[in-house]
Amino acid sequence: MFEIGLTHYLTLAAIVFTIGIFGIFLNRKNVIVILMSVELMLLAVNINLVAFSWALKDLVGQIFAMFVLTVAAAEAAIGLAILVVYFRNRGSIEVEDVNVMKG
Amino acid sequence: MIIQALAFYLFAALLIAAAVMVVSARNPVHSVLFLILAFFNAAGLFVLIGAEFIAMILVIVYVGAVAVLFLFVVMMLDINFVELRAGFLQYLPIGGLIGLILMVELVLVVATWAIGPDAATLAAPQAKLGALSNTEQIGTLLYTRYIYLFQAAGMVLLIAMIGAIVLTLRSREGVRRQKIARQIGRKVEDTVELKKVPTRSGV
Repeated sequence: MFEIGLTHYLTLAAIVFTIGIFGIFLNRKNVIVILMSVELMLLAVNINLVAFSWALKDLVGQIFAMFVLTVAAAEAAIGLAILVVYFRNRGSIEVEDVNVMKG
Repeated sequence: MIIQALAFYLFAALLIAAAVMVVSARNPVHSVLFLILAFFNAAGLFVLIGAEFIAMILVIVYVGAVAVLFLFVVMMLDINFVELRAGFLQYLPIGGLIGLILMVELVLVVATWAIGPDAATLAAPQAKLGALSNTEQIGTLLYTRYIYLFQAAGMVLLIAMIGAIVLTLRSREGVRRQKIARQIGRKVEDTVELKKVPTRSGV
């Protein structure tokens, strides 16, 4: 109980990841919250990587976590830019309207 | 050891609570603020296991850049968020079901998993760096073995930046802009004309 091991961190990351998935389903209409849920899932992945890096005494996990962070930042920037453009064109951010683009 | 365990449980509980609030908050602004809280707690967890550099990067990049970007966009868009929440509970059963399935699968993986016997030999050589701090170790590894990946990460960020600018840039009608090229290209002959005015007759 008071011996914090790798399993504790993995369980925590699993819970956070699940909350992220749950958030995507729960906020089907609101793209902003969906993007935030994706960020939560990436955070869970980072927790896993850093926990393994600590348990295996291997720094590569932390370096990979940094790359994941980079991609997450790029994804957030692009996602929000698309969101702004979409809002400018449609006046709403409802996900269900996105299929208007369908041919 | 007990203090460490208590700190872990504190950070973990706050992280999970903040994550739940991100997903379920009524107001997206509150969602973003809870996201910031979640990132701070994750940074605390990283400090706890000795990954200080990642923890600080998390605070700087996520709280300083990404979360503020979210905040900007949430506040900039004029959206009726109450309307967006209509049918919120409609998706609760399917979301809960899929979340539960995933959770069970992840718990099964965590419970039955074991580190491979040769994992220790695969680790990057860092024993000789033992005296260095976490940041120095990451630096020595990142700038030697992973330099190309590092450069590639920089390219990803550059492309993301250009993409975001190209996506959001627009030229609106009816807005007068300063055209530097035209200003510089102007010549004296085009604008000023000298006329010889005869005395007592005017132009």
